Amino acid sequence: MKEKSVDILVIGAGAAGLGAAIGAAREGVNEVVLVERDDRSGGVLNQCIHNGFGLHYFREELTGPEYAERIKRIVQQYPNIDVKVEQYVHQIDYRRKEVVVASTEGITVYKPKALIVATGARERPMGGILVPGTRPSGVFTAGVAQRFVNLENRLPGRRAIIVGSGDIGLIMARRLTLEGVEVVAVVERMPYPGGLERNIRQCLKDFNIPLYLSHTVVGIYGRERLEEVVIAQLDESFKPIPGTEKRFKVDTLILSVGLIPQSTLFKDFLKIDPWTKGIVTSSSGRSSLNWIFAAGNCTVIYDLVDWVTEEGTVAGKFAAMYVKNSWEPAKFFVEKGQNVGILFPSWYEEGTNLNIYLRVKKPMEEGTIRVKQRNNLLYSKKHLNLSPSEMISIKIPESKIGSGDILVEVVE
Amino acid sequence: MKVEEMVCIMCPLGCRLVVKQEDNGEINVSGNRCPRGIEYGKQEMVEPLRILTSSVLVLNGDMPLVSVKTNKPIPRRVIMQVMDILKNTKVEAPVRVGDVIIKDVLNTGADIVATRNVERREKSSTT
Amino acid sequence: MRIGIIGAGVVGALVARELSRYDIEVLVFEKNCDVGMGVTKANSAIVHAGYDDEPGTVRSKFCVPGNAMYTELSKELQFDLKRIGSLVLAFKDEELRVLEELYKRGEMNGVPGLEIWDRDRILSYEPNVNPEVVAALWAPTAGITEPWMVAMAAIENAIENGAKLFLDTQVLEIVTENQRVKRLVTNKGEFEVDVVINAAGMYGDEVAKMAGAEFVPLHPRKGEYILLDKQEFGGFVKSILFPTPSVLGKGTLVTPTVDGGILVGPTAVDLPPEREFREDTSTTFEGFEALMSKALKMTPLIDFRASIKTFAGLRPESPQKDFFVGRTSVIGFFNIIAMRSPGLTAAPAIAKFIVEEVQEALGETFRKKSDFKPTRERIKHYADLPATVWDEEIKKDPLAGRMICFCNKVTEREILEAIKRGARTIDGIKFRTRAMFGSCQGGFCMHRIMKILARELGTDISDVRLRSEGSFILLGQVRK
Repeated sequence: MKEKSVDILVIGAGAAGLGAAIGAAREGVNEVVLVERDDRSGGVLNQCIHNGFGLHYFREELTGPEYAERIKRIVQQYPNIDVKVEQYVHQIDYRRKEVVVASTEGITVYKPKALIVATGARERPMGGILVPGTRPSGVFTAGVAQRFVNLENRLPGRRAIIVGSGDIGLIMARRLTLEGVEVVAVVERMPYPGGLERNIRQCLKDFNIPLYLSHTVVGIYGRERLEEVVIAQLDESFKPIPGTEKRFKVDTLILSVGLIPQSTLFKDFLKIDPWTKGIVTSSSGRSSLNWIFAAGNCTVIYDLVDWVTEEGTVAGKFAAMYVKNSWEPAKFFVEKGQNVGILFPSWYEEGTNLNIYLRVKKPMEEGTIRVKQRNNLLYSKKHLNLSPSEMISIKIPESKIGSGDILVEVVE
Repeated sequence: MKVEEMVCIMCPLGCRLVVKQEDNGEINVSGNRCPRGIEYGKQEMVEPLRILTSSVLVLNGDMPLVSVKTNKPIPRRVIMQVMDILKNTKVEAPVRVGDVIIKDVLNTGADIVATRNVERREKSSTT
Repeated sequence: MRIGIIGAGVVGALVARELSRYDIEVLVFEKNCDVGMGVTKANSAIVHAGYDDEPGTVRSKFCVPGNAMYTELSKELQFDLKRIGSLVLAFKDEELRVLEELYKRGEMNGVPGLEIWDRDRILSYEPNVNPEVVAALWAPTAGITEPWMVAMAAIENAIENGAKLFLDTQVLEIVTENQRVKRLVTNKGEFEVDVVINAAGMYGDEVAKMAGAEFVPLHPRKGEYILLDKQEFGGFVKSILFPTPSVLGKGTLVTPTVDGGILVGPTAVDLPPEREFREDTSTTFEGFEALMSKALKMTPLIDFRASIKTFAGLRPESPQKDFFVGRTSVIGFFNIIAMRSPGLTAAPAIAKFIVEEVQEALGETFRKKSDFKPTRERIKHYADLPATVWDEEIKKDPLAGRMICFCNKVTEREILEAIKRGARTIDGIKFRTRAMFGSCQGGFCMHRIMKILARELGTDISDVRLRSEGSFILLGQVRK
């Protein structure tokens, strides 16, 4: 059994993990090792062949694989970054700071000075939404369908209905339609769409795919393969209204009903948000343990991969500073004020920029987003057309921030 | 008169545009906060343009498909025709990001370019 | 002497194994494409202590002995058995009286270790139980297992000892001559047999009718279940929690599974006896609501946002609500039908009984094989090994280090071993390895498993099925 001491170990070589490696290498540490359980780095970027990536990070609109390629090229410039694939993190001993990893070469016990968690998110499965009916084949989460179509060269079926109007569902509506699969409808339980407006236009309106808001699937049927899906309208308490059932004869059901941060490996020793399951971190990416950092979808579900890479580089940088100089400044709370549904980060560490990512609790035509520290207004701006589906990014530079707890609120 | 509501995608502000096209063809855009919004609204009303992303079959590669895109937006109305062309296109591995797979597809002025690398392998991993 | 067993569920499989101890020919006919995929597949997986069964019933004869046999059986066949004990919870005084009755009944049936616990003891043992609980009946011999694995392991062992398994083989006709079994006619050919053992689960009565033998009419009793994620709710309860039973049955349980998750169920809805209902494993809104409200009553902190799977199973129920086991007026034809709860628990005892019953009824004594191999090795789960041992295994066998199912830590070697032992479909692999049973429900690994299956079976991934012939997963190529 091999033992290996490293400066920094990164779990996950997706957008966040690769960003973290770059951030740490730039700061200057001896060795950064990334362990990735899939057979290639890049994470979901590899299968996201659509556009919309890199507008912020590279100031260019790229597809997922192009974005991944650019990031990987930057990583390759640093000889002290080692990306290892098909490595499975089996156990973590947080007291002895040991990470046990299995691969076809054997078991390796890593002893990192700092650990960066970039494990991303998983899709909510069918069983997670309690839909009555049978359990035939032909039910896919959107990411799985995307993988088959874009990487494995296989179609999931002939006629599909999509549940969930988040971006992944919308993107798949378009992708399947372009490949000759008949997409009969997209169904959304909320009264507003879950994805970006541009995707509603370019994935649904462009192809005349109907969007049923305030509807959900109330039954799926089929003896062996899916045969029929039943949807119904929901009332204000999200209960199906009898008599509003609509039946669709489809052989494929695509589910895009939420992403869940993958934090279970850490739940016994890191603070995890009980509602979102995200790893709770500070503005430096540091978790509730001083030597463990986290970035990307395993902390909060982001809208843009650019932000994921950015927060990855932030976590990498400060993990490296911790390794080099035991960097550990004062820490303050970042609190959720009125109308804030999701807020990242949960703490602010002195000497860092404060990159806030938030989602409002409910749709608002206009709202003023305010960031207050004691009696100082760090940020105040009116935003229009706020929706929980569109994450807002607010960057407050370190120079403007003093000490004290911070409150983020959205005032109507 | 045709009226359409749309969200401008030229920048992250996402202005809610209202685009009106009179019977005589004249177009009026409101709700924008910069001139690019007017441009976008007009184009979207008259001839919506889209970047098409899709895949092309690769022969002898370590993956069966190479993801591709149009390097410029093309008219939405020709998308299905371009898809037919892509469905019948094959390319030999190796392929590099940016390789031109089809030049000036359907006289749109846009090329179909590869968006990922595919290495050569005599036997494909999946067909 | 050639014995044909109809049905490779837990009963048929255990009978096959028992019979394979002897110098006789054992043939097992299973209409599905894999073993244990009928009634055996979808139930509470409980090895009951045995206080529920009224003395004088057939159930009471076999439940307690069957329960006791599980210890050795699980060691020999290497399937998971956890004797975590059960608590029947009482929330009212009338219910306490029922507990006392169950206690007495249990004693009469020979159930060891029964105790009545008071509220404090219950809550200190199970802090998540509703604090309004009044008392509970504790039965330490109750346990949980993996029912399809009992069937799979028993069949593997039977086959190793000479039994023959015919999958996708449905018995269509039973030919008798002078009230004696002669021949089985199946969709895959005809088989001369001396003895037929009817272990046909949901179709037990139909098969008995084919032979002109006695039977009890069966109808399906549907039970719905919700499974909660072990990552979120593992350890929520450590024993099997029952409500006080009613005329409808044992009620809705909240129980750990051997995999570490939490299972809530079943409901109990009687369906009509017609054929179309005998495969109706659909879940319903009413079923979910009933499960949630019943579970919340016993454990108010349970949270169904952590659910990862819902399913339903059917029990073959008879009007007598009892097993129908034994010889019939057709010589050589034996029934093991109406195996409702506690069928899984009773199965090992009934298997032993039927072997004696057959010999007695026929006036024969089977000769024991000298080389019967009683043990069967489980598919090694490498992630359970100490790290140093796992490391050595990987050095010998690199595929023991390639993780395929991340949530449940199933390596490629285990998937290959499952295929070696008969898995031909996604379900075949799932049920033998627990791959795809975890939090992501196959989101990350299904494509990988499909590739491995296609490679090993020499087919294309579009040919891989979820379970039956018609359950295709992928349609065809995007680009040809």
